[in-house]
Amino acid sequence: MSDTTWFVIGSVDDIPRRGARTVRIRGREIAVFRTADDHVFALENRCPHKGGPLADGIVHGRKVACPLHNWVIDLESGRATGADHGCAEEFAVKIEGEQIRLSVPEARAAAE
Amino acid sequence: MKKLVVIGAGMASGRALEHLFEADASAYEVTLFNAEPRGNYNRIMLSPVLSGEKSYEEIVTHDDAWYAANGVNCRFGERVTAIDTARKVVVGEKGEVAYDKLLIATGSAPFIIPVPGKDLPGVVAYRDLEDTNAMIDAAKPGARAVVIGGGLLGLEAAAGLRLRGMEVTVVHLMGHLMERQLDEAAGYLLRKDLEKRGISILLNASTKAIVGSGKVEGVELADGTTIPADIVVMAVGIRPETTVAKAAGLTVNRGIVVTPQMVTSDPDVLALGECVEFQGQLFGLVAPLYDQAKVVAATLLGKEAAFTPKELSTKLKVTGCDLFSAGDFAEGDNREDIVLRDPSRGVYRRVVLEGDRVVGAVMYGDTAEGSWFFDLIRDKADVSAMRDTLIFGQAYQGGSPLDPMAAVAALPDEAEICGCNGVCKGTIVKAVTEKGLTSLEEVRAVTKASASCGQCTSKVEQVLAVTLGDAFTGPARKTMCKCTDLTHGEVRDFIRSKELKSIPAVMQELGWKTSCGCATCRPALNYYLVCDWPGEYEDDNRSRFVNERLHANIQKDGTFSVVPRMWGGLTTPAELRAIADIADKHRVPTVKMTGGQRIDLLGIKKENLTAIWTDLNDAGMISGAAYAKGLRTVKTCVGKEWCRFGTQYSMQLGVDLEKLMWGSWTPAKVKLAVSGCPRNCSEATVKDIGIICVDSGFDIHISGAAGLHVRATDLLGHVETEAEVLEYCGAVLQMYREGAWYLERIYKWQERVGLETIRAAIMDDAESRKALWKRFLLSQSFAQVDPWRERVEGLESYEFNPITIVPALAAE
Repeated sequence: MSDTTWFVIGSVDDIPRRGARTVRIRGREIAVFRTADDHVFALENRCPHKGGPLADGIVHGRKVACPLHNWVIDLESGRATGADHGCAEEFAVKIEGEQIRLSVPEARAAAE
Repeated sequence: MKKLVVIGAGMASGRALEHLFEADASAYEVTLFNAEPRGNYNRIMLSPVLSGEKSYEEIVTHDDAWYAANGVNCRFGERVTAIDTARKVVVGEKGEVAYDKLLIATGSAPFIIPVPGKDLPGVVAYRDLEDTNAMIDAAKPGARAVVIGGGLLGLEAAAGLRLRGMEVTVVHLMGHLMERQLDEAAGYLLRKDLEKRGISILLNASTKAIVGSGKVEGVELADGTTIPADIVVMAVGIRPETTVAKAAGLTVNRGIVVTPQMVTSDPDVLALGECVEFQGQLFGLVAPLYDQAKVVAATLLGKEAAFTPKELSTKLKVTGCDLFSAGDFAEGDNREDIVLRDPSRGVYRRVVLEGDRVVGAVMYGDTAEGSWFFDLIRDKADVSAMRDTLIFGQAYQGGSPLDPMAAVAALPDEAEICGCNGVCKGTIVKAVTEKGLTSLEEVRAVTKASASCGQCTSKVEQVLAVTLGDAFTGPARKTMCKCTDLTHGEVRDFIRSKELKSIPAVMQELGWKTSCGCATCRPALNYYLVCDWPGEYEDDNRSRFVNERLHANIQKDGTFSVVPRMWGGLTTPAELRAIADIADKHRVPTVKMTGGQRIDLLGIKKENLTAIWTDLNDAGMISGAAYAKGLRTVKTCVGKEWCRFGTQYSMQLGVDLEKLMWGSWTPAKVKLAVSGCPRNCSEATVKDIGIICVDSGFDIHISGAAGLHVRATDLLGHVETEAEVLEYCGAVLQMYREGAWYLERIYKWQERVGLETIRAAIMDDAESRKALWKRFLLSQSFAQVDPWRERVEGLESYEFNPITIVPALAAE
């Protein structure tokens, strides 16, 4: 992947602890999560089950429970946990100072 | 001899000079500038100086004799005003000094929050001896201190001032103390310990202003309260002191940027300590600074060396508060937690594993094993062989794992099973055999084993099972979730008996097996605490399901539905007109009547919720709570006002009930109906609470259902007046709120506790009913706030709006 544009989306404190906010980049909706211990993760804001908005779920540990049918998605890999199968696309995040930077590749954006 | 100039005589540059002189005492002629009028002392030990446990003389690292012996030209008390890298000179207040190599060690400056009054006399930071002496001077017994900042430094200051007899309040912006180093559970224990020493702790408290005329008189918080203060200590954080370096044109981000050799953007200028930034990282603890000092000495002597940041550990230097944290203790899918809690001793220990290695540890109460765990983290040691006993520490390694039942069977009679109540195995066995006990509940009632913190519950059960043998029928127990061995009922009992008033308190005192719970237990605990401590417990919105957090119902496409309250199902032309206009204005795709006699506006985007609520509020409507585990609707038929069969004023009674109960949180949703006669047009006999009006008064029915299960209500009893209806229904609702498990509907709760129990408490025992009624009214006095209006006024606005990206892209 040659596309290494990092989008500055704001500071860590813009996101509530054990919560998430969404951001639109290149036409895609991305959920940016902050865990209780201030780690930040970014996933496509669509549950692999029925497209539920993951950003609205309850964040616990490094997982989020989808608000629609309670699938539990791992924030690090985007994969459904337990007996469920499926994966939400994950995006690279880096924190520089207080700033969150997000890498959203162009390639698959057109596929939507 | 080459010339070395050092700016700053702190711990880092002091250590670098030691290494330099040790390796080659004649390599450089050294000039040392320091803005403070003294040389290098052990800044970490300022806390014991503040508390009076040590004197300044005891913490001096380099005295005059040391500087003289090493030929250091000391320029103490003199500020450096500029560096000229072209001419290679440092400009001090009293003149220039030329250098071949320059070492910048300017350290850090305290961060002063920009609030009104920050410059008043009596506001001090906590960085150097001057600050410490200013605090000691102010510390008259009985005088009041406010410390802003609940991190390492702030708490050490608070403890020191308290030891000197001051009244101390710590104001902390975050939800738990030392959030950078501790998780919530350890933060909770720390708070408890500090409060025990008489220090008041205010969490989630934001400072608005420091007030006083001529000198500090108090601190005003964002919520409007003012805390009186004779001294205010600002300890919210530090930032690298880079003014001189920046002015000299060196590359500075947050700190002075250095290479692994500790060289700045100028090859003859080095930097180390709290003023530097290395690979985006800043440094505030002493261990990495000492590593940097070694590298600086080597680089100055032309030797190869490179700085690599290592794992860090933290300890708080407050006598009696024993805490330790090291490494990375975040949770992760590839990570596992091992948690040990001993509530009666206030011990918490959590080790985080990634594969076969320990990556982090947090400890509170007993940190004797801290250094052992720190070694395991640093050495990346493989711990697979001792995993089962790892959490107990080094002394416990080498034993073989046992089947728990066999282990319990093998215990001697005098082995202690329940630490809280001092119950040993023999006592339980005797009680079981002599009294013929067969259940855990009986054992608990008779022996008190597991009746305090509940952590030994499974052990008590094993003793029971071993004693009964085949006669043991196994537990009908259903634990709350995988985070605990306790049932909902046990957790509720403990919340009250132990007066647990926060989620971290519950998790610590009841020995939760995970560090911050899961999506099952957190909403349940949040409800139990809301119910049991009205006005005291602060609702944790992160522990609420999306609908209750956003006060609207989420739909399959991620949009929401909005239902305004219509008291008793009554509306007016003005209200309908307003709703129609609002639906037009916001292009609401679907408008529908609900089963509870309300109007539902569907397909609202999250970011439009507050706009539509604003319009509904302006038209006099509030949230209908159609999303809540709480009172939803009271449905009515027209009753005596119009109906030729009506026996009572059912519409007005419905309105009155709804006005009484709106805003209440309950274990599961609650719907009511009032029918004006036994023809029951409002379908009251399938509601959670249903009122059927008759000529002689009102029949109160409870425990109906018309969902997954269909169940007709049971008659609870008959009353004669509307006022009685309100009191009896309020009491029933409160009894349900206090007694049911989270997500248990009224009919399920009734099936568990029995209709007779409820009838006895409500219909037969006036005293019990009145007490329930009083508790319900108290709870309602805090609950009846329109959540829409609060959010229209700006509460939690981040919940509703996506992040807008900064237009500039940072390409690499």
